[in-house]
Amino acid sequence: MCLNVDGIHKKHNRELIVAKDISFTIKKGELGALIGPSGCGKTTLLRMIAGFETPDQGTISINGQQVFGPGKNIAAENRGTGMVFQDYALFPHLSVIENIGFGPAKRKKKDLDKLISLTGLTGSENKYPHELSGGQQQRVALARALAPKPALLLMDEPFSNLDISLRERLSEEVRYILREFGTTGLLVTHNQHEAFAMADKTGVMKDGILIQWDSGDNLYYHPATKEVAGFVGEGSFILGDISPSGEIVTPMGSFESKSPGLNTHPDPVTLFIRPEDIFVDHKSDTKALLVKSHFRGPGRLHTFELPSGEQFICTDTCPSPLELDKWYGISICNRRVSLFNNNQTH
Amino acid sequence: MTTSIKHQGGFIVSAGIAGVILSPVLFILISGISAEPDIWLHLKQYVLPGLLKNTAFLVTGVICTTACLGVSLAWLTSFYEFSGRRYFEKLLLFPLAIPAYVMAFIYTGLLDFSGPVRTFLRAHTPELGAFFPEIRSGWGAVLVISLAIFPYVYLMASSGFRSMSRSMVEASQSLGGGRLFTLLRVTLPMARPWIFGGLILVFMETLADFGAVSVFNYDTFTTGVYKAWYGFFSVNAASQLASILVIIVLLIFATESYFRKKQQFYNRGSQQQIQRQTLNGMPHILASAFCTGVFLISFAIPVGQLLVWAIEAFEVEFSTHYGKLVTNTLFLGLMGTAVTISVAVILAYSGRLMKDMKTGAVAKLALSGYALPGTVLAVGIVNVVAGVDKNLLGALNVLGIPISGNILQSSLVLLPLCYMIRFLTAGYNPVFSNMTRITPSIDEAANLMKISGIKLFSKIHLPLIRRGITTGSILVLVEIIKEMPVTLMLRPFGWDTLAVKVFELTSEGEWERAALPAITLVLAGMIPVMLLSFIGRNKERNKK
Amino acid sequence: MKKIILTVSMLLIVFSSWAIAAQEELVVYSARKEHLIKDLFEKYEKEQGVKIKYITGKAAVLLQRILSEGKNTSADILLTVDAGNLWHAAQKKVLSPVKSQILNHNIPAHYKDPENRWFGLSVRARTIVYNTDKVKKEDLSSYEALAGDEWKDRLLLRTSKKVYNQSLVAMLIATLGEDKTRSIVSGWVNNLAAPPYSSDTKALEAIAVGQGDVGIVNTYYYARLMKKNPNLPLEIFWADQAGKGVHVNVSGAGVIKHSQKIGQAVKFLEWLSEKEAQKIFADANMEFPVNEAVAPHDYVRGWGKFKESTMNLAKAGELQARAIKLMDMEGYK
Repeated sequence: MCLNVDGIHKKHNRELIVAKDISFTIKKGELGALIGPSGCGKTTLLRMIAGFETPDQGTISINGQQVFGPGKNIAAENRGTGMVFQDYALFPHLSVIENIGFGPAKRKKKDLDKLISLTGLTGSENKYPHELSGGQQQRVALARALAPKPALLLMDEPFSNLDISLRERLSEEVRYILREFGTTGLLVTHNQHEAFAMADKTGVMKDGILIQWDSGDNLYYHPATKEVAGFVGEGSFILGDISPSGEIVTPMGSFESKSPGLNTHPDPVTLFIRPEDIFVDHKSDTKALLVKSHFRGPGRLHTFELPSGEQFICTDTCPSPLELDKWYGISICNRRVSLFNNNQTH
Repeated sequence: MTTSIKHQGGFIVSAGIAGVILSPVLFILISGISAEPDIWLHLKQYVLPGLLKNTAFLVTGVICTTACLGVSLAWLTSFYEFSGRRYFEKLLLFPLAIPAYVMAFIYTGLLDFSGPVRTFLRAHTPELGAFFPEIRSGWGAVLVISLAIFPYVYLMASSGFRSMSRSMVEASQSLGGGRLFTLLRVTLPMARPWIFGGLILVFMETLADFGAVSVFNYDTFTTGVYKAWYGFFSVNAASQLASILVIIVLLIFATESYFRKKQQFYNRGSQQQIQRQTLNGMPHILASAFCTGVFLISFAIPVGQLLVWAIEAFEVEFSTHYGKLVTNTLFLGLMGTAVTISVAVILAYSGRLMKDMKTGAVAKLALSGYALPGTVLAVGIVNVVAGVDKNLLGALNVLGIPISGNILQSSLVLLPLCYMIRFLTAGYNPVFSNMTRITPSIDEAANLMKISGIKLFSKIHLPLIRRGITTGSILVLVEIIKEMPVTLMLRPFGWDTLAVKVFELTSEGEWERAALPAITLVLAGMIPVMLLSFIGRNKERNKK
Repeated sequence: MKKIILTVSMLLIVFSSWAIAAQEELVVYSARKEHLIKDLFEKYEKEQGVKIKYITGKAAVLLQRILSEGKNTSADILLTVDAGNLWHAAQKKVLSPVKSQILNHNIPAHYKDPENRWFGLSVRARTIVYNTDKVKKEDLSSYEALAGDEWKDRLLLRTSKKVYNQSLVAMLIATLGEDKTRSIVSGWVNNLAAPPYSSDTKALEAIAVGQGDVGIVNTYYYARLMKKNPNLPLEIFWADQAGKGVHVNVSGAGVIKHSQKIGQAVKFLEWLSEKEAQKIFADANMEFPVNEAVAPHDYVRGWGKFKESTMNLAKAGELQARAIKLMDMEGYK
């Protein structure tokens, strides 16, 4: 393994917990991502791994070497980590080639040339950062971070200052380059799509806690908690009950429970359904009132309201438009429904 | 106003201001051409080589000393935490209130052969007493002048260091750069424009200094200028030498501009300040000791000596007259500052409208008045104004207004004008760098709200550059309070200032009596200096 | 709003100086320091009702100002502390010749301009002062003697940039010729115990503590210092008594050619040359009155009588440039 984080804990000003018992691992050559709402502590965690901030407890190991632990705290410059900053942090007084080659160790010219061509910067070697576009600056930042051949590359919202098409293109390029170099990476972003597109494993954080560290698929289809479910993609929460026969009874219909280990009747339960798993079904007996509907290419996004007052969303690629304030039949594909105990909080 | 008219206007205004400022300089240059050949020959053969050598030594020495002192102190107080750091940050600015010539007569008084230190040493340790270095030498002059003006470098370097984004240091660390490496390759180079700015101020002040070097009897270019004038009574020969000074300064400006062309030193990213690192053990002690030592010798000891002398001479020297001296000093200071800052804002504003070489060059020319020794500049101004006066009088008489005497010269117009030319640089730099806060998008938003012209300036721009204006005003005010040669020459009747009084007494060898106006001057100067240090502190507070 | 107030106040100030004086007034451009003339000028105003407005500064600067101001100059009188400066003023045709019986009577011929353009008002002697512990009176004689080898490392002097030394050397050139003066100055420089001082007082203090044994200063600096520290081992020696006599200089004045009040100015000068004003003028600075009928301050009188050089001080101005060049060439800083 390349990065091993274990039991990291940090309190700010003795009150605010920015990291609570965080543990995860990234295998060599893999790319991990951290997502979560603002203030969840993902950037702080990244900086602790880099060595710019110090945890209160826990251990961090890179490439089998412990860089932080009880009685040990290796300085940032000696950890073998590279960092791409959100504002790129390019040295304004140095040219592109000087930026990329920056550091106490001398870089080989051919390595630098390779990096320059790999990041598409050929021809700009002697320009200064303020003469470059945002995308070019980002590439310089990336090339500079990769030049010392770090074992682990950390990226703090590297694409947040770029427009969408550029962002998508660059994230692909970055992934490709990292694979080429065999570099392990950890990316912090608020853009879920980016995380899922690039990373092998993604972690969802909230209030300093790493709730779930998993592949994108699992996070989407098997969220561990309500927070994860609500944060990753979209969906609707519907309350339901467990019948004596083990069935789940909801205002949207009853169906068999596929999730083991839930409390039995009569404890209430919360369902989580993705919008693509709910359909407008004229044959269905379950009815819901259409309250909102807008175009969301492809198809439309409808907001329905149940007699219980709960609302849910569903996507509909069917071309025939529906009328507002009318009741329509709906049905669920229950294969991918997630169930949560009501007392599950995080 | 279409853009091109605005641009034209900007250039015309800058050119106009530069013209006013340069007219005395031009007068100097022109009189220099018609210098008396035999005086010039004598100067060239017997006097000039010594002057050049001494001036080079002095300027180099002061630049190196102030660079070391200023940068190291700024580095310590910007990046590290140690006992007293919060106080030292401000205290190290205080020496700005002490004019170099006052620092000079204090230290020669203290460390001269007949002074208390060497007398004591001779009595108790005769060998040490004999070996004590002579303060009245090139080294002494370098040391004393450096003590008085290192705060400029300190101030500028601190600005540079504190404005550096945290991510610069972290980026260097992430690339393997340790503390020393980061300091040498990132911190210092990125602060270079600020440090150079401070060093240029130091360079020009040292060149133009006359009071301090006279105390040391150390002959520099400027003393040569005065020798030609006071000794040979040849204003033209004096002008010729002064012209050389101006040319040297313009060359330095040109060189600095050239080297700075391509690079930019501002990072438009996040501006999180660098967190200070706490020092422990020996480094902690050394840091506190160093700062304390510098403060002692640059401020506490000189002011202490002044107090001792002032108390001794109080009865003899003090009179109700002193109230008038203080009010004169402050009034002239404030008026001069108002004029200087107004011009600085206008110049910076038009420089902002036009970002091309032309206006930039014109602005630089306008700033070169700083390098002229005060009295030389005054000569230029007096002659230009006398010419204007003559014509003005003529015109008025034609109109039937029977005025005699001199209009401009007996009024208080000359003095602030001279101050403006002399100190424009000190006011301009803070204002101009602050102007970068006015972005085009602000202008566009304002236009949408139909705000333009004067309203745009006063309601929107002015608040944004308020900090620059305040800093600039404070720096200029301190300078004017300390200023002596120009005030001496151009003040109208009854307008003596504290600096003039100090000169009168020290030129008669009355050190103790001079201490009274000197300490009053320092106290007066300390008010703006303390204001300056509070601005710095509030800046930090707001950033948090 | 603030700007309006500022502008208006500035305009007021600019034009306030036009206010016509309610009384008669004279304007003096003075190189003599304020504290030495203030009381005397106020006395004149009280007695004669004429207000004396004055501005102090360096002589060359004041002269330049008068020249720049030209016909419109506000100066009526130029008062300096050295005859050389007065000579230069006369050369630049800034002073007006004055015909005054009183001035001619009160002021000896060698203390005024042969063409009556300027008049000395007080006399200061520049003579030798020595450390009584190290030097005996018998060892001293003249200025030239101090260039001798026996004085090696024992001499302390003030800078050659000060006009007093320039006048001294100019007078030496006038009496002894340029070549001899050159060797004298060269000898002085060789004998210096320390680099030249920027002030006479500092030089005296240095002699008192033994950095040097002997120096050349203006007597009033000696008087001031001894008043503060009566116990210093310093004593005045009247130089060159066997020769031409002690080098003296004057603080004097002239009437400005373009003055609108020449009559008043002459009256003022005459008043200054009379007994009462003379006593105040000279005593304020421990100098010698130029009017021989007036006795100097008691303290000054205590130094005893001495023979003074009677060469006309116009020579000091005439030869000043040559003196400076000579000093530069011999390395006398």
